[in-house]
Amino acid sequence: MQISLTVNGRPYTVDVEPRMLLVHLLRDVLDLTGTNVGCDTSQCGACTVIMDGEAVKSCTVLAVQADGSDILTIEGLAKDGELHPLQEAFWNNHGLQCGYCTPGMIMTAYHLLQVNPNPTEEEIRHGLEGNICRCTGYHNIVRAVQEAAQRM
Amino acid sequence: MAEKLFGSAIRRREDPALITGRAKYTDDLKLPNMAYAAILRSPHAHARITRIDTSKAKALDGVVAVFTAEDVEQSGVPGQIPVGWLLPNMKMPPRSLLAKDRVRYVGEAVAVVVAEDRYTAHDALELIEVDYEPLPAVADPAKAAQEGAPLVHENEPDNIAFDWEIGDKEATDQAFAQAAHTVSLELVNNRLIPNAVEPRAALADYDPINGKLTLWMTTQNPHIHRLLMSLASLGLPEHKIRVIAPEVGGGFGSKIHHYPDEAIVSWCAIQLGRPVKWQATRSETYMTDAHGRDHVTHAELAVDENGKIIGLRVHTYANMGAYYSTFAPAVPTYLYGTLLSGQYEIPNIHCRVQGIFTHTTPVDAYRGAGRPEATFVVERLVDAMARKLGMDPAEFRRRNFIPPDKFPYDTPVALQYDSGNYEGALNKALEAAGYEQLRKEQEEARKQGRYIGIGLSSYIEACGIAPSAVVGALGAQAGLWESAIVRVHPTGKVTVYSGSSAHGQGHKTTFAQLVSDMLGVPYDDIEIIQGDTDEVQYGWGTYGSRSAAVGGSAIAVSAQKVIEKGRKIAAHLLEAAEDDVAFEAGKYYVKGAPDKSLTIQEVALQAYLAHNLPPGIEPALEAVSFYDPANFTFPFGTHIAVVEVDPDSGEVKLLRYVAVDDCGKVINPMIVEGQIHGGIAQGVGQALYEGAVYDENGNLVTGTLLDYAVPKARFLPSFELDRTVTPCPHNPLGVKGVGEAGTIAASAAVVNAVVDALAPFGVEHIDMPVTPEKVWRAIQGAGK
Repeated sequence: MQISLTVNGRPYTVDVEPRMLLVHLLRDVLDLTGTNVGCDTSQCGACTVIMDGEAVKSCTVLAVQADGSDILTIEGLAKDGELHPLQEAFWNNHGLQCGYCTPGMIMTAYHLLQVNPNPTEEEIRHGLEGNICRCTGYHNIVRAVQEAAQRM
Repeated sequence: MAEKLFGSAIRRREDPALITGRAKYTDDLKLPNMAYAAILRSPHAHARITRIDTSKAKALDGVVAVFTAEDVEQSGVPGQIPVGWLLPNMKMPPRSLLAKDRVRYVGEAVAVVVAEDRYTAHDALELIEVDYEPLPAVADPAKAAQEGAPLVHENEPDNIAFDWEIGDKEATDQAFAQAAHTVSLELVNNRLIPNAVEPRAALADYDPINGKLTLWMTTQNPHIHRLLMSLASLGLPEHKIRVIAPEVGGGFGSKIHHYPDEAIVSWCAIQLGRPVKWQATRSETYMTDAHGRDHVTHAELAVDENGKIIGLRVHTYANMGAYYSTFAPAVPTYLYGTLLSGQYEIPNIHCRVQGIFTHTTPVDAYRGAGRPEATFVVERLVDAMARKLGMDPAEFRRRNFIPPDKFPYDTPVALQYDSGNYEGALNKALEAAGYEQLRKEQEEARKQGRYIGIGLSSYIEACGIAPSAVVGALGAQAGLWESAIVRVHPTGKVTVYSGSSAHGQGHKTTFAQLVSDMLGVPYDDIEIIQGDTDEVQYGWGTYGSRSAAVGGSAIAVSAQKVIEKGRKIAAHLLEAAEDDVAFEAGKYYVKGAPDKSLTIQEVALQAYLAHNLPPGIEPALEAVSFYDPANFTFPFGTHIAVVEVDPDSGEVKLLRYVAVDDCGKVINPMIVEGQIHGGIAQGVGQALYEGAVYDENGNLVTGTLLDYAVPKARFLPSFELDRTVTPCPHNPLGVKGVGEAGTIAASAAVVNAVVDALAPFGVEHIDMPVTPEKVWRAIQGAGK
């Protein structure tokens, strides 16, 4: 099937199998490998991207469902060589170790701060419920989101 | 002059690639003409394979090949999965890349499909027909140890893989006979599944002209994988295998081991003459990544009339799973029994460990590896005894700590602790937690019907693994030194080649920090290379909290050799005696005449030009070292967990977590604290949430992230950290390692807190994970 979508501001028209997942379209077809796959049950959140303003797990969305949509991935977050405040804050606060969950974590936090620009610690911890990090114990991820909220 | 960086919390140089999505993990790599592999796995814990028919799978459009054990055998490769640690009289059942006649755990590899794309590869798995004749299975190690249990390896008389002991049994029995008080506990150390967020993956590319295999894979130790693939599984000459660790998304031990899968993928690439990639699904990692822990233990502690510990007696069944994973035999023996003295003066210890085969996924090192299990035994017993004696648990610990003036201290279980100030760390933790106030609040809360618990865990770990001759004498089929080349280029820029192999620890930052300080070269002028067997000299990799203590020390030794060679050249050029030339902040100068000086960059250029070198000095400025540590390192500390338990629902809420750790000198405090945070989260996970469950037939019930609860952000509080600094006396950096400390301490602290909270009900122990159901049942059952 032919679908058209915009990813990080760039339009694409591609042929996909009806069963292809959005995450595989991004990674294997469009070569945007920043979005990672950590599970097969939609639990880990490593594959989170922004689709038409909502945070979605791209392993649970078919590529064909993304027809006509506007997608933002980790690769599209920095603008004109400037890191997004969330990226900067994750860096400043050691909010990542192995980095594998980080793109999904940052995209979820991006959405969280869109809907709640000044979250409390508890709201941040609840907001990141769909994302698993095995390295950091979340301590510094929470700090990073707090710092980003202040800077945005 | 370069800024002093050792001890400085600079942000990591690894991060820009990771936060922008530019970093490349194994599955991000693509090669021309690449095919995809998927592996068929046994759905049975124990079964005979009577027939495999791959014809339908082979006929599927897009399938390149389907292989079984027979194909691997016919190819003539050795095809064996080796074991890297041997114990006396241990059974040695073989393990091959693909199962042939019999499967012994759910998830064991049976066949492999290679196809043009990953969807087709997975489709084809369903077209392979395998006839299984199911056989009785056993998953519980205590049951598997009994006579008459279903045999895991049919040619062996029983399931007891090894029977190992340490300490003086007679003296310990005698101590118990004379004891004023004893306590005993039946402890289950729950089986854990590591769950690095990146599942294992491999990309193999074989060049038939040169006979060379290049394998990108999720590894913590590329050289070990190269060695074992050469010796045991693939049989290729070692110099014809290149193993590369690209970005690796966490490991926690699970990416140390030599699994069948990466070798199978390599073998396929060799057969087919085209690159083959395999990416495990999360479900596959649940079934196949080596699990951790899984002990069933009977433990006893004896004290004299003064409350001084006089004896510790332990018997443990340690689940090995169906086969030995790479270092499995070491984990419940030399990384467990040797740690049972904890922080305490215990004159008599005896520990017997029986490793048991079961029809389950192999068990091996998972963060802490043996040491969390030992800490759990010791710290649970210590708390139980304090309660029996009516003593405050902090006071009971103080009474029994090894005092600072007794180091170096020889334990009765073979270790020599080099340094420590256990009461110092305890006191600091108590103060940070506000311990006395907490006890008052606990008392007040109880009056209101609220149950707050305070749990202590004073842990010791043996890290900086390890002195090679020592581990060799104990059965290791590996040396555990580490290597480093420090190369100063003609322009004074520096490249360091380290045998450590980071997968999230930030070595490129910390190693550059220490080299910058030592050589006085700007931080940005230093590059750290690791994780590639063709680029880096032999090294043993990253695990066992060894990278700073052993890998970092190797770098320090090489940097010092560079400084000394540079001093000879500088002295010659400055026309001074070598002894008169000082080196400071990147500059050689004549003592008393600081104007007569050369920078290390200037010396480097002269070293390469070699126009005027002192007699006997070779050109160039670099040094190699293979650093073998003199001893383990012994980090320690006290962690305090504060919980509130709802007796009606059984729910446990972790209110606070205070950790005081002593990991020696700290290169980058931000990274050290991050390691402790993550370690605590995994220890809390074990205590409250995580646990692999097998049913009676050996089916893994907790086979996905839906069924196995990895802690999420809302399960955890922010952590309160502090530290004491007792430098390691035997390595050049004074560092001890910190990767496992949090995990080693945390599970005992949390369970002690829960049991403390429930003391009014008479609850004396609850097995991990301490789920609401278990808490509720313990309250209902207590005192009855």
